[in-house]
Amino acid sequence: MLLFIFLPIVSVVMQSMHIDHEQVFVEVENCDFFGCKKATMVDADATAELKKEQPLGRFVGLSNYINRAHLATSEVADAWRNKDSLGDFYDRVYNLPLYRAIIFTLVYTFTVTPLLIILGFLIAIAVNSLHQRLKGLVIFFSLLPMIVTPLVGSLILFWMIDSRGIIGHSLQMLFDDPDLSLKASTSLTWITLMVYGVWHSAPFAFVIFYAGLQTLPQDTLESAMIDGASRWERIRYVVIPHLTPLVTFVALIQLMDNFRVFEPIVGFNASAHATSLSSIIYTDLGGESQLLSSASTTSVLTILGVIILLSPVLYRTWRDWERKV
Amino acid sequence: MNRVLKATLIAAGLMSNSMVAYAACGISGGKVNIIGNEFPAIQTIGAAAVACAGDGVEVTTNLTKEHKELQVPGLSGDPAEYTVAIVANSSIVPLMNEGLIRPLDDLIAKHGGNFNDNQKISIGGQTMAIGFMANAQHMVYRKDILEQAGIEPPKTYEEVLAAAAMIKEKGLMKYPFGAAFAAGWGIAQEFNNMFLGMGGDFFKEGSAMPNINNEKGVAALNMMKSLTEHMNPDFLTLNNNEINAEWKAGNVAIMQMWGSRAGPLLAGEDSAPGVADNTVLAYPLTVGGGDIPATTLWWDGFTIAQNISDEDAEASYLAMVNAIDPSIMNDEVATQAVWMIEGYEPTPASAGVFATIAAGAKPYPMIPYESLLHTALGAELPDFFSGNESAEKTLSDVEAAYETAAKEKGFL
Amino acid sequence: MTSTVVENKSIKLRLFTSCFIALWLLVAAFPFFWTFWGSFKVELDFFSKENWMNAITGIRTLREHGTAFTIEGYEGAWVQEEFWKAVINTALVCLFVVCTSLTIGTLGAYALSRSGFRYAFWLLIIALVFRAMPPITLVAGYLLPFFEWGLWGKLSTTIVVLVAINQPFTLWMLHSFFQKIPKDLDESAMVDGCTHFQAFRYVILPVMWPGVITTGLFSFLLAYNDFAVTAMLLSKENQTMVPKIAGFLGTTQTEGNVMFAVAAVVSATAPLFVLVMFFQRQIVSGLTAGAVKG
Repeated sequence: MLLFIFLPIVSVVMQSMHIDHEQVFVEVENCDFFGCKKATMVDADATAELKKEQPLGRFVGLSNYINRAHLATSEVADAWRNKDSLGDFYDRVYNLPLYRAIIFTLVYTFTVTPLLIILGFLIAIAVNSLHQRLKGLVIFFSLLPMIVTPLVGSLILFWMIDSRGIIGHSLQMLFDDPDLSLKASTSLTWITLMVYGVWHSAPFAFVIFYAGLQTLPQDTLESAMIDGASRWERIRYVVIPHLTPLVTFVALIQLMDNFRVFEPIVGFNASAHATSLSSIIYTDLGGESQLLSSASTTSVLTILGVIILLSPVLYRTWRDWERKV
Repeated sequence: MNRVLKATLIAAGLMSNSMVAYAACGISGGKVNIIGNEFPAIQTIGAAAVACAGDGVEVTTNLTKEHKELQVPGLSGDPAEYTVAIVANSSIVPLMNEGLIRPLDDLIAKHGGNFNDNQKISIGGQTMAIGFMANAQHMVYRKDILEQAGIEPPKTYEEVLAAAAMIKEKGLMKYPFGAAFAAGWGIAQEFNNMFLGMGGDFFKEGSAMPNINNEKGVAALNMMKSLTEHMNPDFLTLNNNEINAEWKAGNVAIMQMWGSRAGPLLAGEDSAPGVADNTVLAYPLTVGGGDIPATTLWWDGFTIAQNISDEDAEASYLAMVNAIDPSIMNDEVATQAVWMIEGYEPTPASAGVFATIAAGAKPYPMIPYESLLHTALGAELPDFFSGNESAEKTLSDVEAAYETAAKEKGFL
Repeated sequence: MTSTVVENKSIKLRLFTSCFIALWLLVAAFPFFWTFWGSFKVELDFFSKENWMNAITGIRTLREHGTAFTIEGYEGAWVQEEFWKAVINTALVCLFVVCTSLTIGTLGAYALSRSGFRYAFWLLIIALVFRAMPPITLVAGYLLPFFEWGLWGKLSTTIVVLVAINQPFTLWMLHSFFQKIPKDLDESAMVDGCTHFQAFRYVILPVMWPGVITTGLFSFLLAYNDFAVTAMLLSKENQTMVPKIAGFLGTTQTEGNVMFAVAAVVSATAPLFVLVMFFQRQIVSGLTAGAVKG
């Protein structure tokens, strides 16, 4: 545990405070099938020499955190000084990669998480009231959004929401707008991503609540019924309190997972309209030259974001804990 | 025409080093482990190298999509996990930067090999890789549609705009032009093509400072914007897979496509009727009155790791030389790529790539910081196309994003 | 009078519930059935750029194969590309990941939930922080040491990494389930003369069964669906299903075999059907076991 939990965090934090050595360039002539031309190359030996002196790279403290790719303090200050209006300030900040990612990530997290908890809860209650024989089948089909590999799932959905695909085309008919395209506009892309998010994660909430319902104390429920509690009252005063620790747990996990939203953005090729913290890490690591320090910095910021986001839930857990002690 | 071209290419490099022949690849012993991309042409090469295994010689391959991420750590250890990396002109750069691959001149002098001189990729006077295939993006058009519209195949992007407008006007197609403008790598690559076509240089002379925020960059972006008016409105999400599918369905009349991907379109197994027969793999387009084609040339080749024993390096070299031997060529292999090895007869599928070479297109730059600029372009350009920003603002954002990254990597 | 009113209401409610479930099933399962149907078509039908109706009628499939259904995709994936190897690897990875994380998870979560010490709380928090780290960064960091120590590419390394990534989740989830079980239950068992372990084994575990099974299911799905870790840490011969499927999709410069991927995904879902059916019965049996004791 220590090896796999502690070390990676330490190394990521370390990495985020370093940048690569200054590269030593040499001018060389390169030749391939297509002819020769002059080009700059890194002098690997000289750079290796530098590397031996400082194996971690150049220590830069927190400057990775405040550069343009991350918190962009000077750019934000500039935008504030030169703003025409608050809207203009927002536009300028939105133009910075990290802030743009944070805005989408937050909107996504706070829309998707409550919706999927409510949907999952409703499904769990409904499935629980079904006939025994039907349950297994319904559970399986309810789980499908979660278990079909997102990689291919998003490929198929990507096609289905195309303006000529079954869903995209049906929507065009529904809204009577032959030019409607879910992929071409930013707001529609956001909505699509969020609908996908709820669809994909609702089964998670459903299964946990369903399992929780199985441990519901029958005698409490019966006594509530004898007391003449209506169906709604039973749910309100017996079922929901019983499920509270599970709701906390689902909220905790889903807030965290939604905050790291990544797969749908890549699957739907949506990065023109929406970027998230994880997707900018992916961009940093995806090029031929990987930007490890930048990716580490964003990761540390993601972790901090998660901690801030979860602090109310954590505080609650802490209170419960203290009470127990 | 093609044959002549090919012949000149080969003649430029025909050398005596094709004489030496070995039994069982001539390897006495050692370990060979190859990492590379996984498309069919490289699978063929990998399989041919594995055929050298036996009697104290161990040959394994890991041909995967993730090769770019794996190659640097995989060649870093001492001894390195991989002895051979199959790279392209973009992916050789990080290996060079870290000094992870060895010059091949000694091995060539000692063991020779059945390849031409022009297959040697030399960097700073040392042979670092041996190439075996080429690729490029070029124009593909539909003969029948252009005839119906009464237009000649366009030679420049300006003519493409006129042709597309004509096709639309005649009601032949709704979105006649196609190119992979998907946000990220794809759109950045299209910008690179257009910018080179405009005669631009990505960096200021002799430094890592970017040089794209100028009238050439703006002109490139504006041309791309004009093209999008003739493209499917979802263009920012469409990559090569989708563009190719549009082509097969007969929805596109002119497109910019990789030679390696356009070739299979001629077979037309799964195209709409009439599409395959009328598909022509043409030549690269020019733009803005320039004569440099608005595209880049690419090669694939093999490199040998630095941090391995000399025995393993020799075994690796011999296995790879054997794998790219002209004897691997047969009808099936010939369709897999535009091979740069002797004995390969150009096919209609490779016409576009050869035309691109003949037109004097520039290779994708083998510059250490090129990929950082590519990433920055891919992340920032979509803003311009979704209509949020002016071209100048977008380009200055690209430069700012690039400079941040380049500082982190120690280039600035 | 009153009884009929109640009945009326419950019929309405039942109707509403049924409609809701039906609607949900449609939304949840439709894309899958669409895929299942489409997996027997050729690519240009399933991903038709002309008219989505082609995916239903299969015009091109009919033209190419003489019938509206073809098993070409399945043949390609299973025979030509040897998908079964990936299936075996996935089975191994899933089995070990689920067993290991559940063992550590149940014991650990039980201990934590019964422990009053503050450090237990902080342990849980640290586990959570670790989980907050985006997996791609984690894997990028693992690569270099794994190559240097010669651990890269092995199934066992991947299993350990997946267990480590999954453990915080298992701990938290089981912890939430344990919390709902009253402490008097194990106390009463211990009064009956059980040791701590016996109390855990014979009293707590049966009550916990639905929670354990659910947690196991999620651990399984994580290992089963993981792409970031398996794609980067496994060598070709040890590849699991998801990276294998990703390999069918093609790259910038080369055409993929999308129908192989679609067929592979459909066939990969079949064993899950059996699994979920089994799991559902376990939940119910867990319920009865708990009820007897309670």
